[in-house]
Amino acid sequence: MAKFRKEGKKEVPQVSTSSLPDIVYMLIFFFMITTTMRDVELKVKSALPKASEIQKLEHKALVCSIYIGPPRDTKLGTESRIQLDDAFARPADIADWIQKERDSRNEADRPLLTTALKVHKDTRMGIVTDVKQELRKVGAFRINYTTLKGSVLEN
Amino acid sequence: MARKTPEINSSSQADIAFLLLCFFLMTTSMDVDYGITRRLPPPVEQNDDEVKVKERNVMNVMVNKSDKLLVNSRPCDISMLKDIAKDFMTPHPGVETAPEVETKHFDLLGDVLMSKGVISLQNDRGTSYAMYISVQNELARAFNELKDDLAMKVFHKHLDQLTEEQTKAINEAVPVRVSEAEPVEYSNH
Repeated sequence: MAKFRKEGKKEVPQVSTSSLPDIVYMLIFFFMITTTMRDVELKVKSALPKASEIQKLEHKALVCSIYIGPPRDTKLGTESRIQLDDAFARPADIADWIQKERDSRNEADRPLLTTALKVHKDTRMGIVTDVKQELRKVGAFRINYTTLKGSVLEN
Repeated sequence: MARKTPEINSSSQADIAFLLLCFFLMTTSMDVDYGITRRLPPPVEQNDDEVKVKERNVMNVMVNKSDKLLVNSRPCDISMLKDIAKDFMTPHPGVETAPEVETKHFDLLGDVLMSKGVISLQNDRGTSYAMYISVQNELARAFNELKDDLAMKVFHKHLDQLTEEQTKAINEAVPVRVSEAEPVEYSNH
């Protein structure tokens, strides 16, 4: 056995582990960015009005958004449309959609579900009122008119 | 004689990681949403059992389809709405035309004079959303200023410096009494 052992140091130098934390950090950031950033593709124009008396919309998991505004595709006219998830919808579709949103959440979280209305500022109130009436019917009372920070005089 | 593999210099690893981190920090839009939070009233079953509110207790705010504001049947500008609403909701004991007042006791605040006033908001289907938000915002601002005034009077602090319990008490003493009328169509367009 001894004759196989050479007198020189032949062992592979130890792999440096000092960069391991950095690699882990990179992975963490990668996942942080890719997992939560699921956003819908907007089919309607979105220019929010400005307001000053606003609260932060906390707990993003408990928020579902309804977009209302004129379609981006100019062939569809300028009349404001409702967008739920990735598709245009009619006010009558809201009840089913809210039910779907509720089902996808924890039982305990369901009463806390907030509907964020992201409405283009030039939209007429008629369609917004229709949406609100639908929300009242299905018991989704917590709503939030999403706005930008600013003064109302700039609206 | 095996050559010793030179160790890879890892001192720049951290720099690379920081570069990546900075890149993602700059490019991601962690868009935090802000907005006016409201609670919708439950649907009404019957229209005939309407709640009767005395006329002196109601301030009517109407917005028509060309975004013109009418407060108690008088034309008004959006910049004046906050002061009118604030003045209306401030208790004026002994004034016949102002809303009724009542005294309520709160554990943290002591006896507080509360107005029985209600602001009724009515808009047309043709009103623009920007105008609607402006009106909602100005009314909210009026209530927030009233809350702030009360906080200053009782705790000698601004509303945002209070503890959670104190804020809760203030919110109870100054309820946001904005009622939205059931949608009606005024104009045929």
